[in-house]
Amino acid sequence: MKADSKGVLTGAHFIDGDYACGEGAIAAGCRFAAGYPITPSTEVVERIAARFPHCGGIFIQMEDELASSIAILGAVWGGAKAMTVTSGPGFSLMMEHIGLACMTETPVVFVDVQRGGPSTGLPTLPAQADMMQARWGSHGDYEIIALCPNSPQECFDLTIHAFNLSEQYRVPVMFMMDECVGHMTERVVIPPAEEINIYPRRYTTAKPGEYLPYLPDADLVPPIAKAGDSYNFHITGLTHNEKGYPVMNAECQEKCVRRLVDKIRLNADKIVKFEEEETEDCDVVVVSYGITSRVALWAIQKAKEKGIKVGNLRLITVWPFPEKRIKQIAEKVKAFVIPEINYGQVYFELERVVGGKAPVHLVPHGGGAVHNPEVIYQKILEAVK
Amino acid sequence: MSERNIIEEYLRMDRIPHIWCPGCGLGTTVNCFIRALQQTKLPLDNISIVSGIGCTGRVAGYLKLNSFHTTHGRAIPFAIGLQLTNPKLKVVVYSGDGDLVSIGGNHFIQAARRNMDLAIICVNNFTYGMTGGQVAPTTPVDAVATTTPYGNFEEPFNLPHLADSVGAVYVARWTTYHVMQLTRAMKEVIQKKGFSFLEIISPCPTLYGRRNKIGDGLEMMKFYKENSEIRNGANTKDVAIGFKGPIICGKFVDKERPTFLENMNQKLSERIPNYKPYNGLV
Repeated sequence: MKADSKGVLTGAHFIDGDYACGEGAIAAGCRFAAGYPITPSTEVVERIAARFPHCGGIFIQMEDELASSIAILGAVWGGAKAMTVTSGPGFSLMMEHIGLACMTETPVVFVDVQRGGPSTGLPTLPAQADMMQARWGSHGDYEIIALCPNSPQECFDLTIHAFNLSEQYRVPVMFMMDECVGHMTERVVIPPAEEINIYPRRYTTAKPGEYLPYLPDADLVPPIAKAGDSYNFHITGLTHNEKGYPVMNAECQEKCVRRLVDKIRLNADKIVKFEEEETEDCDVVVVSYGITSRVALWAIQKAKEKGIKVGNLRLITVWPFPEKRIKQIAEKVKAFVIPEINYGQVYFELERVVGGKAPVHLVPHGGGAVHNPEVIYQKILEAVK
Repeated sequence: MSERNIIEEYLRMDRIPHIWCPGCGLGTTVNCFIRALQQTKLPLDNISIVSGIGCTGRVAGYLKLNSFHTTHGRAIPFAIGLQLTNPKLKVVVYSGDGDLVSIGGNHFIQAARRNMDLAIICVNNFTYGMTGGQVAPTTPVDAVATTTPYGNFEEPFNLPHLADSVGAVYVARWTTYHVMQLTRAMKEVIQKKGFSFLEIISPCPTLYGRRNKIGDGLEMMKFYKENSEIRNGANTKDVAIGFKGPIICGKFVDKERPTFLENMNQKLSERIPNYKPYNGLV
């Protein structure tokens, strides 16, 4: 289906990534948002709070991130498309409900505009150090989807994509911005509503009395219902059977959690999104995401000018990780270089997937600024030696 | 045996027997709730039950309604999302004292302050039952719990006073002995618009009564009968419960205040030309 034109501000804008993310959510059909103020993410909900009364939505500033992160789940089960927005310390508090969203298969979007950590860290300065938290932060085993935009335009485009993925796979999608992308102001083109594709919620068409809330379709994703429907369904964070009833044993755990993991792992090829340049015939591939992918371009260009064959692989979905493509590249390349604003997070995943076929060089950065591209360039030189 | 209990059609009979202990008061509260629901004649599709975690948290799983068993302490903010998305729903939060006023305490007071249109049913058994009988913010001073083996020394909450002071529009307390009054109060709490709070004093013989020498389920009911005093309209400051002390019951507060949505629509209508009042998303 196409976007509801009521929420789409078609035209060219000069706005920051936070505002663009808010506009993307509204264009995607999000009409319920809950949040708690936290730098550098607050502008997203400020935008939404100003815009929602004009397009039929409702924003509520909750008492904390625990409340925000579950209010959006309640909203989804009431029939809304919903989102919450935060940064590191708030993201830590939201882990509880990322788990609940995974377990109950609630389609919802969590935005994390990353800043320096741990703890209160650097409230106004960038980092990319929540990438593993996005993947593993809640307890138990599960799979999520995480997207990393690298421009305000992508904050708009990929927020819509995040909503679509959450609906298609009934999974919480982590929208992993960073302070730079969030506060960077650039041209953002919002297309006409009829050019924006929206994945509709997968409502069940079963007759009342015949609906099994967790009986999956062929792609392992079950159709959903909402409060107010005549299904008398029960939703729980406990391990549950297809009826949605709690069952406390290892067999049910295997069936329930296996599918939560498999619906993402087995559909990974359809979900994974990346951009690549000159990765076919090169000696070294730079793997990056978010703001760092833009910083890396300078280093890649300089290396090319020196005659080094450098490929560029930019991750758009970091989770699931583009395992298949990286394995192919690893067969042919001499080395990988991965700059990220942390001391090694996606690096470990890259190293695991490369599996010793080529050395993987981390270019770490503790946060508070982006890399000096010269450091990335030097690492490329080192990698091709 | 062949006669069907009239409450069965409201229960997920395929989940019975329930997990609650013999003598527990939760079954009585559910029985009263179903009878109250019948009396309201509300279409059942328009009712949603939200529970947190704990023994009372399991109520959502036994009622044959659209029902949500959420995380510990967070039933209220989940219910807020649900109710604001579809204000036609009557959302009932049915949970325990530890869930609602300890781990969920901030959500409780903030939702009352905002006058969210929610019915809050709090089953207070003075302890954490599911985890084996630990001290709660409702445990009376001197009562023994597994984590206060020498007796509790913390001052407990007086829940009606707490709810009243943060803005609840309806506040009542009954025990599971008072089934007629309790059923009526449940009907009122379901029908009332705004943040409405009902405290139910309920026996946990296994982990509270036995350990504190009050006795089994029957003896605890006798205790309620002999030690309850009905004082409708009492000042909520005066209804704190001491260890083995009197239990003041009744309807203490029943007033009107605009709800969160009414206030929001009022303000936005004043400030935004041609504002279309928000009335839900479905």
